[in-house]
Amino acid sequence: MAKITFDGIEIEVPDGTTIMNAARKIGGDIVPPAMCYYTPLKGTGGKCRACLVKVTAGSAKDPRPMPKLVPSCITTVQDGMVVENTTNQQVLDVRKGIVEMLLINHPLDCPVCDQAGECDLQNFAFEHGVATTRYEEERRTFEKIDIGPYIQLHMTRCILCYRCVYTADQLTEQRVHGVLGRGDAAEIGTYIDNIIDQDFSGNVIDVCPVGALTDKTWRFKQRVWFTKPVNAHRNCENPKCSGNVVLWYKGKDVLRVTARKDEYGEVKEWICNTCRFEKKETSDWTIEGPTHIERSSVISANHYELPVVNPQVIADMPESTIRDLEQNPPLKLGR
Amino acid sequence: MGRKLLTEHINVPGIDTFEVYRQHGGYRSVEKALKTMTPDEVVEEVKKSGLRGRGGAGFPTGMKWSFLAKPEGVPRHLVCNADESEPGTFKDRHLMSKLPHLLIEGMITSSYALGANTSYIYIRGELLYVLRILEKAIAEAYANGFLGKNILGSGYDLDLHVHPGGGAYICGEETALLESLEGKRGNPRNKPPFPAVQGLYARPTVVNNVESIAAVVPIINEGGEEYAKLGVGKSTGTKLISACGHLNKPGIYEIELGVPVEEFIYSDEYCGGIWKGRDLKAVVAGGSSVPILPKELILKTAAGESRLMTYESLSDGGFVTGTMLGSGGFIAMDETTCIVRNTWNFSRFYHHESCGQCSPCREGTGWLEKVLHRLEHGHGNMHDIDLIVSVAKQIEGNTICPLGEAAAWPVAAAVRHFRHEFEWHVTNRQEATRPGAVYPGKAVLV
Repeated sequence: MAKITFDGIEIEVPDGTTIMNAARKIGGDIVPPAMCYYTPLKGTGGKCRACLVKVTAGSAKDPRPMPKLVPSCITTVQDGMVVENTTNQQVLDVRKGIVEMLLINHPLDCPVCDQAGECDLQNFAFEHGVATTRYEEERRTFEKIDIGPYIQLHMTRCILCYRCVYTADQLTEQRVHGVLGRGDAAEIGTYIDNIIDQDFSGNVIDVCPVGALTDKTWRFKQRVWFTKPVNAHRNCENPKCSGNVVLWYKGKDVLRVTARKDEYGEVKEWICNTCRFEKKETSDWTIEGPTHIERSSVISANHYELPVVNPQVIADMPESTIRDLEQNPPLKLGR
Repeated sequence: MGRKLLTEHINVPGIDTFEVYRQHGGYRSVEKALKTMTPDEVVEEVKKSGLRGRGGAGFPTGMKWSFLAKPEGVPRHLVCNADESEPGTFKDRHLMSKLPHLLIEGMITSSYALGANTSYIYIRGELLYVLRILEKAIAEAYANGFLGKNILGSGYDLDLHVHPGGGAYICGEETALLESLEGKRGNPRNKPPFPAVQGLYARPTVVNNVESIAAVVPIINEGGEEYAKLGVGKSTGTKLISACGHLNKPGIYEIELGVPVEEFIYSDEYCGGIWKGRDLKAVVAGGSSVPILPKELILKTAAGESRLMTYESLSDGGFVTGTMLGSGGFIAMDETTCIVRNTWNFSRFYHHESCGQCSPCREGTGWLEKVLHRLEHGHGNMHDIDLIVSVAKQIEGNTICPLGEAAAWPVAAAVRHFRHEFEWHVTNRQEATRPGAVYPGKAVLV
């Protein structure tokens, strides 16, 4: 075990834990932002530089500060390490710079973007950015690319976090897309004339932190904060698929199906394309109850959780969901 | 005349063949190391020599070797970084094309010291003709028993492969090089783990520059202590300097570290002064990635002492009044050089070569280049000058690999030392954008 101090708060974590995950154990507003890091995907992190933190003491054995800011998502803790995040002005200044860099080419089309309300970059910019930009040059733009029946690639919005590449690499049988070109001409693309339609490829939509990869069956149907997320499951015939999903309702219609995510927007269990794209009827699913959304998203502003659901009445509810509901009970009337 | 340890026989006809190279004392270090020394003793000699990495960083080579993890039963690798491609640096290409056997000899001795049985030379793809020369020399070394199984009956085996890269500057960064060598896209890896622990194919690996590996040959032949007698302080031995720009005699010079910069520029033994009788304006001493210095600060330190061609002397004053020896890519600029145009030119290079993996470098290098383009072409404003300094600061130190710094330092240093020239470009747009226009004043020392 290693004892570290993060923004003045002491915490003990197992050896090998990253600074980011140590901070997540503390929780709250001090957790560094992550645009490229994604816990369920091996090898992610270290690219967007959004989570840079200052290590003012390397360890108890060697208390020298680290010369540069370090990416908290891939730097492991040492016993006696002292880390400054929100308490360090240099970190906050750099983070402001990173927001500015990421927004150089990312269009501020939040009013029409399907990711609005769930966009990590939107939250990151709101929390760390400034209201104006100093960038006066021409922006990079791309034609929208049709990469298959289910997924729309809007490269103009891409911040090259590589999450979708790792997802395709680690979840699908055959990877047909990756990063082409280099520098600010780099882009996500498929090998010539290929489409992304492998089983599990839909998960690239869930991991995309911005609106670059969107669900064709959901695009432009509704703003996310006007929908009601409901936990549901089905016995999926695909052994790799968890079958545990969130159904996004508008009235009686299921507009979208996604995997379940934790409070940091990371998928808990992957789902297959059949569950995601082809099961849009309530009768396909066993409904568990409203999804608890804790993040600072406008989705939670709707108080859609008001109808209290009694977990006991639902048969075959997974252990994880019962635990989740116990920890985050549905809101009571009159809140 | 200083001593020539690497290039003594470089002009001997046929020195690129095994036979002639051998006649001039070639492969003595291999015989000495394999027959009379243990691997640890070879490492110890390199440590004693004080040799510092000749690729640019200047990290002590012996110390780097001693960091190599040596778990039992796990293969280790030596990789020679021959992906030289920084503007102003062209020494390795010359060394390899003229003296291919010197590099191969260094590779054998170094691989023996590190316990590597498979080594690689990762060469820049554009240097196809050098690749052919190396392949021929390697075949000769195999034919004469210096490569392959049981070299010189010592029981030591070594296979040496030469691998052409895809022609990206970033592949000269050691971890990007390893990725490329593994057949992947040349993106730098996050460190740690360092290559000494987890390098090529996740095995302990040492990556050294061509010149560093070649320098192992005279170190073993003459002994580390003898080698350390050359040079000044912690800058020991000799160094190849590729001098270019507005010099009377641009070229590649092997100098004993410690030669005064003034002597290097003006003496007939080296560059022979500035061409056309013009005055020197500025120098980039270690390849385009290091800070540019005006004439006054490259010839003398801020304290008024003569600056020497050593790692320490050139960096005297830090990044405010100093620079770096780097890879030895010495670019001299005469009084007719437009610093804004030059800085834009460097920026274009780093913008083009950024791999695009991390956001500050991907977006920042392009931003720098575009603003500098505006300034150079008479469309800039005064606040653009502060903007590029600010953007450079946002990139520096916040990227995965040092390409971010390489892009930021030249810009920050150019504004630091030649701000008045940038301002002149804004206030005298018409005059500044006239072909061949040059700021009429002198540098203002900070």
